[in-house]
Amino acid sequence: MSSPSTSLRTGLSAFLGTGRSTAHSVVEASARSKWISGAIVVAYALITITPLLWIFLTSFKTPTDSIAYPPKVISEPSFEGYCNLFTIRSRQAPEYMASLPPATNYCDRIAREREMVIAGPSKTPGRLMNSLIIGFGSTFLAVFLGTLAAYAFSRFKVRLKDDLMFFILSTRFMPPIAVAIPIYLMYRQLGMTDTHLGMILLYTAVNVSLAVWLLKGFIDEIPREYEEAALVDGYTRLQAFVKTVLPQAATGIAATAVFCLIFAWNEYAFAVLLTSGVAQTMPPFIPFIIGEGGQDWPAVAAGTTLFIIPIVCFTVLLRKHLLRGITFGAVRK
Amino acid sequence: MAASVEITEANFPMGSATSARTFRLGGMSDRAIAWLFITPTIALLLAINIFPLLWTVYMSFTNYKANMGWVKYQSVGIENYVDILTDSDIWAAMQTTATFVFWSILFEVLLGFGLALLINRKFRGHSLWTTVILLPMMLSPAVVGNFWTFLFQPQIGLFNYIVGFFSGVDPGSFQMIGDVRLAPWTIVLVDTWMWTPYVMLICLAGLRSIPDSIYEAAEVDRASAWRRFWSITLPMVMPFLMLAVLFRAIENFKMFDMVNLLTNGGPGSLTETVSITLKRAAFEKWQTGWSSALAIILFLTVFGAANIYVKVLNKVKQR
Repeated sequence: MSSPSTSLRTGLSAFLGTGRSTAHSVVEASARSKWISGAIVVAYALITITPLLWIFLTSFKTPTDSIAYPPKVISEPSFEGYCNLFTIRSRQAPEYMASLPPATNYCDRIAREREMVIAGPSKTPGRLMNSLIIGFGSTFLAVFLGTLAAYAFSRFKVRLKDDLMFFILSTRFMPPIAVAIPIYLMYRQLGMTDTHLGMILLYTAVNVSLAVWLLKGFIDEIPREYEEAALVDGYTRLQAFVKTVLPQAATGIAATAVFCLIFAWNEYAFAVLLTSGVAQTMPPFIPFIIGEGGQDWPAVAAGTTLFIIPIVCFTVLLRKHLLRGITFGAVRK
Repeated sequence: MAASVEITEANFPMGSATSARTFRLGGMSDRAIAWLFITPTIALLLAINIFPLLWTVYMSFTNYKANMGWVKYQSVGIENYVDILTDSDIWAAMQTTATFVFWSILFEVLLGFGLALLINRKFRGHSLWTTVILLPMMLSPAVVGNFWTFLFQPQIGLFNYIVGFFSGVDPGSFQMIGDVRLAPWTIVLVDTWMWTPYVMLICLAGLRSIPDSIYEAAEVDRASAWRRFWSITLPMVMPFLMLAVLFRAIENFKMFDMVNLLTNGGPGSLTETVSITLKRAAFEKWQTGWSSALAIILFLTVFGAANIYVKVLNKVKQR
């Protein structure tokens, strides 16, 4: 029982979950192998989540605490990072500081402690706004176009259907830098460099391929009988599409929209190469949140935290559809 | 079951009920609707993807420099392509990229497949922990690259501290990003952290697609656990694994965002992947013609792999 080869074999079957001596049946793992599996998975999950928790914690530290050695897990909570993320501050002479009226709010008070005054809002709100405008704009367009095309591909005999579907998907595989070179030149000609419209169109083009494939999968699952009944009732094809297919596809459309939104929200390569100010989104902006004398880590962490929270919420909401999303609708369960 | 009936104009001719509306938008023929629904998408892709691609092909045969648009550029034939394919720096970048793709995918497959096997045991709470594990792959690679630079800070960074804590090495004595020996592994590490869940999720789908009856039959035949794994589990999951590996290979081959923020190709050009080379040539040295040629080479490689990917995709497609 205690010979090394036996214990190795037991461990291996526990891992593969197919040990004959311990399992009640081949397809249902034994209690012990479940327990071991659970422990390993939980350990991995805890390790994998640590960097994210660390960024979250860092966003509530003072700059000094954020670079303390040894690293401080628990520290006096401070919102300085969030204040610094949304304001710009300037250092002033002590005489000037003394002449000021007392600080009116939390951020002001913190700045005063550092012998600085708040000089105005930072670029962060604008960048967040850009991310929202470009994200929602491109998502709306991609899902709108995608729904129409997916319906046509799902229900009608389209010539060269497979080739068109492959063409649509293949555009998603283009290396962004390779596309960015001509897009840069094209947008320069059209005056669309660093504009919201330019970025919305670009992200729509990238997302529409995912939208068509995902939505085709969802629409394929809606029984045709509903439309047939509607057509027999005297509805036109368009009416049948709007009144029977769209409501049935609502969940699929919502899931697709979230995938498109996440892509646009996360996109970096196009944003860093094609925008510099007016239409710059959060991902190229976050690395350049700097304070006096280098990177202001709590502020960077605060920006990262605010940026990541919506993604975490969406991931939880989407978890049933994640598999579809990453396999272009091919694998469903 | 027989294929469901194709609804076509022939099955549902515009009858008397609809004939009055034939000239309104709502009464269009199916063919017209299909055309109307598909065209906008194709038009957008032609304008934003195919037209620029053709432009890139054209520029790749010239010596155009985008920052000096007023200088008259001329055709140089296939010189750019010859240049690139004989450039030792490009081959070095290709090798860097290949090494990165190989190691990151190897670790992702081992960890991802292993985790999928464990999660498939359906222990209590497996659904919650799976969601937690999935988080990294949903994040922005750029933001991930950026915050890992904080974790990799020598002395103060959490990663260095934890490594130091367990190995006894001084956390200030090594730099994950700045060190010639460690920098390539830094990228592999972050990529593995981020994309293991991707491989895991697809493998899990593969495991769940195996009918219980096959295992039960194997049990009747007294096949050992080892044998069952090699003869049933692995072959049945293989197409799914292929799907994950191909997609990760394509994505990592053109990887730009995470590497750009984590190491920016450094130290020197040690971690310079092909995409970083391309960015430097196109947007820093402004060798537009030359980088267009490199872009085309990159695109053709990816396109070839994408072709295989779609074949596998159609194979695992669930109806």
